[in-house]
Amino acid sequence: MLSGWFVALVATAYVGLLFAVARYGDARADAGRSIISGNVYALSLAVYCTSWTFYGSVGRATSGGLSFLTIYIGPTLMLLFAGVLIKMLRISKTYRITSIADFIASRYGKSQLLAGLVTVIAVIGIVPYIALQLKAVSASLAVLFGQVEAGVLPWWLDSTLLVAAALALFTVLFGTRHLDATERHEGMVAAIAFESVVKLVAFLAVGLFVTYGIFGGLADVFQRAAAAPELSRLLHLDATQAGSWASLILLSGLAIILLPRQFQIIVVENVDESHLRRAVWLFPLYLLLINVFVLPIALGGLLHFGAQSGYAADTFVLTLPMAHGAEALAVLVFIGGLSAATGMVIVETIALSTMVCNDLVMPWLLRSTWINAQKRSDLSGLLIGIRRVAIVIILLLGYIYFRAAGEAYALVGIGLISFAAVAQFAPVLFGGMYWKQGTRAGAVAGLVAGFIVWMYTLLLPSFAKSGWIGNGFVEHGLFGLEWLKAQSLFGLRGMDAISHCLWWSLLANLGAYVVVSLNTRPDALEAGQAERFVDIFRRAHRDTDSLLWRGQASLGELVGLLERFLGPARADQQLSAYAAQRGVGSWHKLKVDADLVHFAEAELAGAIGSASARVMVASVAQEEDLGLDEVLDILDEATQVRAYSKELEAKQQALEVATAELREANERLRELDRMKDDFISTVTHELRTPLTSIRALSEMLHEDPRAALADRKRFLGIIVSEAERLTRLINQILDMAKLESGRAEWTTAEVDLGEVAREAMDSLGQLYRDKHVALSGEIPDSGPVVLADRDRLVQVMINLLSNAVKFVAAETGVVKVTVETDGGMVRVAVADNGPGLTAEECSVIFEKFRQGGNTMTDKPQGTGLGLPISRQIVEYFGGALWVESQPGAGANFIFTVPLPAADE
Amino acid sequence: MKRGSPMRQRLAAVGLAGWPLLTFPLLGLPEGGIGGIPAIYLYLFGVWGGLIGLAAWIGEQKG
Repeated sequence: MLSGWFVALVATAYVGLLFAVARYGDARADAGRSIISGNVYALSLAVYCTSWTFYGSVGRATSGGLSFLTIYIGPTLMLLFAGVLIKMLRISKTYRITSIADFIASRYGKSQLLAGLVTVIAVIGIVPYIALQLKAVSASLAVLFGQVEAGVLPWWLDSTLLVAAALALFTVLFGTRHLDATERHEGMVAAIAFESVVKLVAFLAVGLFVTYGIFGGLADVFQRAAAAPELSRLLHLDATQAGSWASLILLSGLAIILLPRQFQIIVVENVDESHLRRAVWLFPLYLLLINVFVLPIALGGLLHFGAQSGYAADTFVLTLPMAHGAEALAVLVFIGGLSAATGMVIVETIALSTMVCNDLVMPWLLRSTWINAQKRSDLSGLLIGIRRVAIVIILLLGYIYFRAAGEAYALVGIGLISFAAVAQFAPVLFGGMYWKQGTRAGAVAGLVAGFIVWMYTLLLPSFAKSGWIGNGFVEHGLFGLEWLKAQSLFGLRGMDAISHCLWWSLLANLGAYVVVSLNTRPDALEAGQAERFVDIFRRAHRDTDSLLWRGQASLGELVGLLERFLGPARADQQLSAYAAQRGVGSWHKLKVDADLVHFAEAELAGAIGSASARVMVASVAQEEDLGLDEVLDILDEATQVRAYSKELEAKQQALEVATAELREANERLRELDRMKDDFISTVTHELRTPLTSIRALSEMLHEDPRAALADRKRFLGIIVSEAERLTRLINQILDMAKLESGRAEWTTAEVDLGEVAREAMDSLGQLYRDKHVALSGEIPDSGPVVLADRDRLVQVMINLLSNAVKFVAAETGVVKVTVETDGGMVRVAVADNGPGLTAEECSVIFEKFRQGGNTMTDKPQGTGLGLPISRQIVEYFGGALWVESQPGAGANFIFTVPLPAADE
Repeated sequence: MKRGSPMRQRLAAVGLAGWPLLTFPLLGLPEGGIGGIPAIYLYLFGVWGGLIGLAAWIGEQKG
């Protein structure tokens, strides 16, 4: 039997641990070493799983089978649209958004009316939800002590109030540390992440206990359930519920963003956008894990206690372990449930208190005469005080509602009713992020329409069901009008109350929002805000912010405003940071310009919300009233400037590309120029060598008339051969020049390449025989025939053959000519067994005046123009000339000439 | 115009695929049971887990 004192001790120790975790998180944040990682962020999102999940899912599963899963599938799918979330994050960080009410109000022209409206809807929708959490704590305590005489432990009779008080204390301590509501509460987030782990561990523990401890595993539970006629229906989905299934996924998908606590955790408490990448799968994984054992526990409970026993299915997670004597597990489950409840209450209360303070109390306070009388005093303390009081009041309201409602349906069914309430924010929120035309009037109309439909079709019927008000409007319709029956409006039947409400309210909401928006004209401020929100990724917001404000203000008054609301110390700190960022030494020297006014407004917005901040700044700055047209002009201009700068950028890029091309061309030209210079110097050098020897020998003959006849003959012989070499050289240079300039004369006719090869071999036969070099051919008897210039091809062949004979050794040299057809090409190869060429030589020998062999030591054996000319010729006819060789392995010169295309 | 991030687009594609996979009429398909466990139970958790796995694979890529 559990002792009350033991449980109280455990619970107190647990809450103490929470305080310690939060304290540690805050200390680390203050020291600049945040413990908020992607994992912590993802776990803190699990504040979504309240006691309604922890206890309630099992209850839902006992009546609806697997349909409870929709509540967790929806968020999984919604989170995958990370682009939407990132846009929200970016907007919120840029404009220092403090809550979902602030977000919506800021988008529609920083409207106090809209902020207040959203806050009212949120408070009405959410406070009962807080009450539900308190009820869960109370119910779990009741189960734990079910067997104990109530009178023995009078102190826990109001243990729920104690829990509420502890939560209020925690929230006040860790939720209102800073006045600036956009500042993160890292300690609180750490505590929430910790609680998420605790509740998951507790739930998995009880799941494993029931499935594998009480029963023989998953299959055993399911098989036994299938055997029981009243349980087997829970194992199948009911296809008639297809509509509810889809609408619950949609509803919960919206809730994961729109519930004030979720907005607080996802958007306001986000440290780093990249954490979303982890959250996008880790949080859904959490949801999956916490749901795996829900159905087995539900079935196990029904099997154990009997389906008709009337046992409260919501507390199966507690009663099953206790019925089997596992009291330690029951305490763990109680702590898990406590985690689920407290996590939700803490975050929800922080979010709601910020909204209530900034969007309900502040607007009223700023108008009151009392505050204006206190013109000079520091209001920052008052602000924090208001927020703390709001926290206490919200928790107190929740407690009172819990006490008043008791077991009423209005409390038990509140989970989805709350979801449906916050779903009303969807059209104005998402519309505002993606649709510039949405106006404030449209937003107000949409919210009011949706809220009224929600009240009429869901909230009031739940009151009626609880017996608090007459149920005539549900049974017979308002004023007895059949088509006004609250839960089958216009005769719409065949779906559950939540889906019915969701479709009608969203229809009314979206319809009113769109129709009114299209028929109203936004004012200047709204148009500006619309532009900023929708184009957040495209706009460097600073530029337009400064463009859209014109007016006069004094530094003293602005600073006074900041000091009043932020406190002098904080104001000084923020102003100094701003001055440093602007490159001004001290903030006293700041120039009052649009930028400074915006800075002041943003700072104030972080503390009191954008709508109130706007009012306060307007009270000290004389702003010129820009008309709508002017604002639109400025925005258009800004857009155009952006377009121009884009164009300019594109042009600049094109220019850079062109410059690079020009530079490259210039390089090429210079290279050519250098090559021309090289060419000329090489040519003159080549011409001078034979000339020098001719001249030297001629001079010797001229000066020595008595030279021996034999010498004269020898000299004259050399002169003649050098003159021939000179002629050949000049002819080849001319030839080369003609080829390169394209002025060469070509005659194209059918040429038998085999014949060409044979002719060349014949004409050089003597040369080969003189050197005793073997020349052989592998040439078809006739053909192949190509279209080319016969003389030119003979020239190429002769060049290759004369090269070959030059480089092979006398006596042992072998040269072989092969002519063959290879595909569409004729391939002619001249292979020798000479010294071969290195890889480098293989390419340079085709350059002009480059010769094989060592030109430094050996006497040049040719002109160095033969191969370049041959290559030009072959390429002219569409072929190629190259060499395949390795040092020591001979060289194989190959050229190809394309065969003429076959005649059709 | 800046192009949308490929990661966001891939995640959104997974989300869009999840909707038909996890709603009717596809949910009407799994019938009977496998090894004593209802097929619909395995299907729901299997598809759900698969989507989560895909999202993890996309979300944890570098860049």
